[in-house]
Amino acid sequence: MAHRVGMEVSIAVSHAVQMARAEAIAAYPITPQTHIVEHLSSMVANGELEAEFLNVESEHSAMSACIGMSASGARTYTATSSQGLALMYEILFIASAMRFPIVMTVANRALSGPLNIWNDHGDIMAARDIGWIQIFVENGQESYDHTIMAFKIAENHKVLLPTIINMDGFILTHVVEAQEFLEQKQVDKFLPPYHPRFTMDPKRPMTMGAFAMPEMYTEVKYAHQVALTNSYEHILKVWKEYGDLSGRYYHPVERYKTEGAKVLLLIMGSLGEVAEVAVDELREAGEPVGLLKPRLWRPFPFEDLRAAVNGAELVIVCDRALSLGGAAGPVLAEMRSALYPLAEKPAVLGYTVGLGGRDIQPSTFKDIIRLAREELAQGPSQEFHIFGVRG
Amino acid sequence: MSKPMDQYTWQEIEIGGVLTEPGNAREYNTGDWRSQHPVWTKSRCIKCGVCWTVCPEAGISEEPGGYFDMNMYCKGCGICAKECVTGCIAMVPEEE
Amino acid sequence: MEKFGYAQSQKFDTYASRLMPRKEYFTSGHRACQGCGEALAVRWVTKAIGEDAVIAHATGCMEIVSSGMPQTAWMHPWIHVAFENTAAVASGLETGYRILVRKGKLDAIPKVVAMAGDGGTTDIGLQALSGALERGHNFTYICWDNEAYMNTGIQRSSSTPYGAMTTTSPPGKLSIGQATQKKNMVAIAVAHGIPYVATACPSYLFDLYFKVRKAIETPGPAYIHILSVCPTGWRSATELSVRLGRLAVETGVFPLYEVENGRYRLTVEPPKLRPVNDYLKPQGRFRHLRDKERAFIQRYTLAAYQLLLDKCGAPYPEFPVISETEEESE
Repeated sequence: MAHRVGMEVSIAVSHAVQMARAEAIAAYPITPQTHIVEHLSSMVANGELEAEFLNVESEHSAMSACIGMSASGARTYTATSSQGLALMYEILFIASAMRFPIVMTVANRALSGPLNIWNDHGDIMAARDIGWIQIFVENGQESYDHTIMAFKIAENHKVLLPTIINMDGFILTHVVEAQEFLEQKQVDKFLPPYHPRFTMDPKRPMTMGAFAMPEMYTEVKYAHQVALTNSYEHILKVWKEYGDLSGRYYHPVERYKTEGAKVLLLIMGSLGEVAEVAVDELREAGEPVGLLKPRLWRPFPFEDLRAAVNGAELVIVCDRALSLGGAAGPVLAEMRSALYPLAEKPAVLGYTVGLGGRDIQPSTFKDIIRLAREELAQGPSQEFHIFGVRG
Repeated sequence: MSKPMDQYTWQEIEIGGVLTEPGNAREYNTGDWRSQHPVWTKSRCIKCGVCWTVCPEAGISEEPGGYFDMNMYCKGCGICAKECVTGCIAMVPEEE
Repeated sequence: MEKFGYAQSQKFDTYASRLMPRKEYFTSGHRACQGCGEALAVRWVTKAIGEDAVIAHATGCMEIVSSGMPQTAWMHPWIHVAFENTAAVASGLETGYRILVRKGKLDAIPKVVAMAGDGGTTDIGLQALSGALERGHNFTYICWDNEAYMNTGIQRSSSTPYGAMTTTSPPGKLSIGQATQKKNMVAIAVAHGIPYVATACPSYLFDLYFKVRKAIETPGPAYIHILSVCPTGWRSATELSVRLGRLAVETGVFPLYEVENGRYRLTVEPPKLRPVNDYLKPQGRFRHLRDKERAFIQRYTLAAYQLLLDKCGAPYPEFPVISETEEESE
């Protein structure tokens, strides 16, 4: 029987990694990921997780060591945030191009400068193009569930792509929530041992990481694009199987009270729960407002989003990151681009919120809806707005 | 066997760009590079094998009988001639 | 023998070449320059490594000439990831193998060897190397030292010797070339307290071969720093690559020694050191040096050599006479 626990979400994630029987972990501590790797380290030290935990000397080496570990044939995991993700940046592209099924938790945190250890999505939005599967979670239960599922998705021979689970730093990592854990034997049945496709094996020597001349680079990258796009169906299969097992079903875009909604809020990550409170209050007052919470970020769920906005007049994208000097916040830009081919589409406006961990209340969303309606009435601008700037 | 680079379709390339034929660089004839090649005077060769050890290309092979001779990969660098213990190797220009 | 390139200090059993393993692990067909001393080193190091080994390699000359899709010159399982992280990749491999053996999924841990150039070791790769050495992984790290970033066009590294011309330390009205001394990577490796550190040169083949074997067999981290003559970057004649390596040893510029658990030992002891100019003159990269700089290099080399000999507890050989105006030697 699955059992319910109340624990800090970071600890729950490390239990998920333990139950997934990760074998090799290379990590470097950075706030707010620290509790995850500390607890994993402790589990290894106590023999509760049969794995090797490597204390590397930087995040760049963490991802490099993860590549080595995955190449040896071990089930590999790491976690980082913000500056750590930025430091491993060049290696992230290589890990996915070389098709190593590494699973990584990113405890989303703002990027410097200035230095800021609190939650926003700046770190992962700067890493959209790395070629990994990227999934957002909203609460402790999802953090646990999706960490286990990530290994199954990544290691599928039809996928073989490293996978990031994005969880909001501090808001999730350092908060105690109730979570339902599966039993170990359920996880073992769901997630069999890792069978790599290629390893560094003297009995079967291969050359990995050869360089590609202009004549071949395009074809290799095309294959990567196809793999990432096609992973969509395999991700959904895994989510369905896990749903049958746990009773919790997940979708590329989660919808909340969207029936008959004319105005849709769109936000990713844990602030979705705050937005739900706003939507509840507005619905109570008779307003046709709904909420979209994209969960699958890469591969981008084009069809799910186009279907989800059908019937709405206005979509308000609440970004948690900036794309300085660009046309819009990252999620806003990708949403507009996704809807562009539709003959009939809602207006899409953007309000960036919660940068650097600034607190967001349900009233924030109500204010944003009001501002968006005013903007729409005047004729929408192409700009995006950072909400709540003083001055 | 590898093909010329611009003939590979994306489907033909292994996942992750992994190369599965160790040592297939041997398909590439580096001998095209040389403008001179070594010639052994067998009467002064003592079959010691030093020339074979100092060739960066593994471009020297042992023949039956124990003498050594260049193979197709020789790039004509001249190290073998310089290091030969008895001085029995001479570098001779490639004939066109 | 001298005339054909063998110094008296060469302990070289002429026919021992025939006893060396014939299988090539770094095959013909690689695209290294004619006369590449580094390729020669790779050829013999990979033979010394032998079977049941895997190689993690940095970006650099030897990676580029040997692994252009779709061809590879490597017979070993081989992985290239990036320029500065070879030691971290090797650490990951070694760690992954350990857990797989512990869980019964793998029979035996293959030997793990990391290889990188001087750029990927002494500069951009230093952090990863330091971390790997400190963690005590069971692996061997080989540095191919051709004394500059050769693959990108002969730019200087911290391993470029004093006075050398490189494209980013060019001699000019205000410059004598590289203005700093070569970083002592061996001392850095020794400072990490690892069980085996050595210098080697393919011009002294058996010394190199057996040092690599010793490094591979030593449990824990081992570091070998290999002088790799580069005719292209050093502007030397292609046929001199083995001879120049020998001259580097015979002049005391690149002594061959090993450090086992902190104890120093010279492995090739020239009874008499040649003047450094014998080594500098055949190389175009030192052509611009005046007598003043050459004398400085001579003094510095002898001073460093004496310090090394003191650490080895070895007697001083006969030293060349230093004068302010360098006479033609030989």
